[in-house]
Amino acid sequence: MSESLKFHFDVDGDNFVSAGQASVQVKKNLRRLGLPPEIIRQVSIALYEGEINMVIHAHGGEADVIVYEDKIEIILADKGPGIPDIELAMQEGYSTATENVRSLGFGAGMGLPNMKRYTDEMKIESEVGVGTTITMCVYLK
Amino acid sequence: MTVNELALKHSFEIVSMPTPDREVRGGYVGDLLSWVMGRAEADNAWITIMTNVNIAAVGALSDVAVVIIAEGARPDAQVIETAQEKGVNIVLTDKTAYEVAVAISADI
Repeated sequence: MSESLKFHFDVDGDNFVSAGQASVQVKKNLRRLGLPPEIIRQVSIALYEGEINMVIHAHGGEADVIVYEDKIEIILADKGPGIPDIELAMQEGYSTATENVRSLGFGAGMGLPNMKRYTDEMKIESEVGVGTTITMCVYLK
Repeated sequence: MTVNELALKHSFEIVSMPTPDREVRGGYVGDLLSWVMGRAEADNAWITIMTNVNIAAVGALSDVAVVIIAEGARPDAQVIETAQEKGVNIVLTDKTAYEVAVAISADI
């Protein structure tokens, strides 16, 4: 499988104003590649939810988007507090976000479920006190 | 109906209109951003009372045709600038979210 393109972003922690920069940039880049709009929408929403999660919970992190011939891979890695109960975190409506975060319209407990909804594969590796890495794939064929 | 036609017909105040000729198809009402990203569809009119800067990113990433801010809420200049940069149409109205949805339903 040949790797065609890779985009790397540092996600700034605790900054809701700049959150989404990686996603909007990826959206532009994928458009330039001529990918179908629905695929671009899936990838950019999944990435944005991941970015927001890293801003809310992990003081930022790193995001990589790799475009292959047959799929797009999104890797989000942070050194945040980790997720103690992944099954619980995946439930729609479950959230540990603060009131302040909720007042911005986030923290509805839909971030991880949306990432799963918009991707074909999703793997969460997390260790409490060490960090979380989420790998997602969207198939192109 | 295009975003521009919709705005003129319903006397919405235009604050960001980088793509006036975009067609609007269907709509979604909501203020919780992840619900919007999970449920709104591309080309929708998204009706909300949220005005913080994240609506520009959510509008762009969800690929909605227009963000209609209801209830007389007003985004600040930075939000409008960000929306223009990201190619997001934003209009304002004093109507409630419900009234907007009812008013535009026949047009979209």
